[in-house]
Amino acid sequence: MSRREITSGNWAFAEAMRQINPDVVAAYPITPSTDIPMKFAEFAANGRVDTNFVTVESEHSAITACVTAAAAGARVMTASSANGVALMHEIFPIAGCFRTPIVFGLVNRSIGAPINIHCDHSDSMAERDAGWIHLYCEDAQEAYDTAILAVRLAEHKDVLTPVFVCQDGFITSHGFEPVNLLDDETVKAFVGERDADFPLLDVDRPVTYGSFVMSEYYFEIKRQQVEAMKNVLRVYDGIAKEYEAVSGRFYPKLDRYRTEDADIVVVIMSSASGVVKDVVDELRDQGIKAGCLRVRMFRPFPAEEAASALGNAKAVAVLDRALSIGGTAPLAAEIKSALYDAGKTIPVQSCVYGLGGRDFFPQYARELFTDLAAGKISREERYLGLLE
Amino acid sequence: MKNRGNSAEMARPKRWQDVPMGGIAFGASAEAVETGQWRSMRPVWNGEKCISCLLCWNQCPDRSVLTDGNGKVTGIDTFYCKGCGICAHLCPKQAIEMRPESEFTGSGTGERGK
Repeated sequence: MSRREITSGNWAFAEAMRQINPDVVAAYPITPSTDIPMKFAEFAANGRVDTNFVTVESEHSAITACVTAAAAGARVMTASSANGVALMHEIFPIAGCFRTPIVFGLVNRSIGAPINIHCDHSDSMAERDAGWIHLYCEDAQEAYDTAILAVRLAEHKDVLTPVFVCQDGFITSHGFEPVNLLDDETVKAFVGERDADFPLLDVDRPVTYGSFVMSEYYFEIKRQQVEAMKNVLRVYDGIAKEYEAVSGRFYPKLDRYRTEDADIVVVIMSSASGVVKDVVDELRDQGIKAGCLRVRMFRPFPAEEAASALGNAKAVAVLDRALSIGGTAPLAAEIKSALYDAGKTIPVQSCVYGLGGRDFFPQYARELFTDLAAGKISREERYLGLLE
Repeated sequence: MKNRGNSAEMARPKRWQDVPMGGIAFGASAEAVETGQWRSMRPVWNGEKCISCLLCWNQCPDRSVLTDGNGKVTGIDTFYCKGCGICAHLCPKQAIEMRPESEFTGSGTGERGK
């Protein structure tokens, strides 16, 4: 029996972890993800999980313990944010290359300076080339569901790649809302047991992880990671449909909200997409063909699907919650690249919003849609909600 | 310790698809790696001075102090010994002397129990 509870994004993620009952969790607290290991530590202390919960002295050690445990054959989860994520940076590509299927609750927070604890995507976007799958969740329900789904995705034999399950710091992580939780048995049956092919602890079939690899084979091993990411695009929908069968909820790579016949489309990720969808409804009521494309899967980037979803739009705005200072913001760069390859010359307005937790109001979306409809599009990056 | 030559037998993949995933080395072991080649100073063990206190055996980072299995030191395994000199430093009886590797030119570095 599923149940409905008022809970937060962090607690919902921790509840998913309890139900998944991973073999190892190694974590170090940092705002706003602290609730996840804190809640999980309570589960471990009260004997509600069988997990070896490893308390470490830094995020660098946390992710290192996770990688080695996963290489040993364990199912592993952890969580972090912002500077904690940055401190883990050195180890992320190792996790990707070792093909350790870690599921990571990444609670998005700005990376200073200036120091700030609130949401933007600068922490995860700094890891976009680390060789991890990136999934961005709109709300607590999705964070919960994605934690469970991600275990199957990460451990799929054609994938074997770690996953960041991203949710917006404070907005999603600390906001309380109704969440439908599956019963423990359903989750247990869905995730099954990890079946590692080359566990480090199998002394009858010894393997070495982390051997020195020179120019002869380094390139080939990185190429394999590219293939694993391509495989994500192929296998994801099947896993999402299996999850739908047990939960009733389907999460596509791209959430197309009234985009089919849309003339003007806003592309966005995570929690602020709810605001844009509300404005889309308003405009539709006025007969304006507006749409919202929410990008849930950022790595691998489903470029062909994105270009196809933008279909016959006359103008598109891409909203990034992160800068690429001196270059094109991350999501805008992906969308422009996808459109180019699809032979579509739709004008694209790149916008940055919400840095350091700056609020994103419906009025910003209304103004943006109005400008798109009027063809007011600039090659200059636009900043929504900036004092100017 | 039995199979030190398996690296020569490993297949040489010709395509990226055939390279072991993640750079994982199958069946591989550091046993075949002759770290003794790195050595510039060689420990020379004197069986007449040695009292088999096992301080060297306990502290050797490369497990290169050989024993007879009954607690008696029998020599140094120069296949692995990197010449760090911890054994000579710890020895209470000066039974191990560090000598320049150049003195042993031609005697080989990969021989055991010398």
